[in-house]
Amino acid sequence: MSILHTVNKSPFQKADLSSCLAHANAGDAVLLIEDGVYGAIAGTDAAKDIATADPSIYVLGGDLAARGIAGDKVADGITVIEYDGFVDLVTEHKAVNSWL
Amino acid sequence: MSDETIKKFLYMNRKAPYGTIYALEALEVVLIGAAFDQDVSLAFLDDGVFQLTEGQNTDGIGVKNFSPAFRALGDYDVNKLYVEKESLEARGLAESDLMELVWEDEDDDWAEKPSIKIVSRDELKAIMGDQDVIMSF
Repeated sequence: MSILHTVNKSPFQKADLSSCLAHANAGDAVLLIEDGVYGAIAGTDAAKDIATADPSIYVLGGDLAARGIAGDKVADGITVIEYDGFVDLVTEHKAVNSWL
Repeated sequence: MSDETIKKFLYMNRKAPYGTIYALEALEVVLIGAAFDQDVSLAFLDDGVFQLTEGQNTDGIGVKNFSPAFRALGDYDVNKLYVEKESLEARGLAESDLMELVWEDEDDDWAEKPSIKIVSRDELKAIMGDQDVIMSF
């Protein structure tokens, strides 16, 4: 069983996403929530880091929509999920690590 | 408490000590959690490594210097403090800049042993993957 990481800070303001990606193991999942969803926008440095990262990357659709980030702005390789998918991820992993 | 119910708890410290309340609150949680006889480890990475510097003196800023409380952890069987080497180096620090924290091993005639272990990022990744519960501050 692996770890679910959540990141809730913008990668343009804080280094939490970059540290999370550097410490997550293959087989882990990383979920972008709240201001963390800005890290899912295609064509940014954050998206480049995500593209080469080991874990699977998810982003919460409700937080994207709230911030006016349309689905077609999300970088390839990132899966958009809703709250029920968030719950599934929590149950599928041994522990949750919130990168506050 | 039977062995089956002991879980591995990792407290991750990623914030410097006085700019926010996170570091102090994390230490409070660790000390409270120590009463529950779990397998506890602490990780210090990113700015969290600044929590362990030797010689902190807060007289000039009017807040409590809580760094001496780290010395109490050994008495609560909290003796695995993993400090990430890459985070230290990126901040111009070395192990010699950190407090000397020790615990007494009752299985070894109460010999004093170091609590701080410097680990690489890869070693820390493996430690994180081995936990049942992670609390991040």
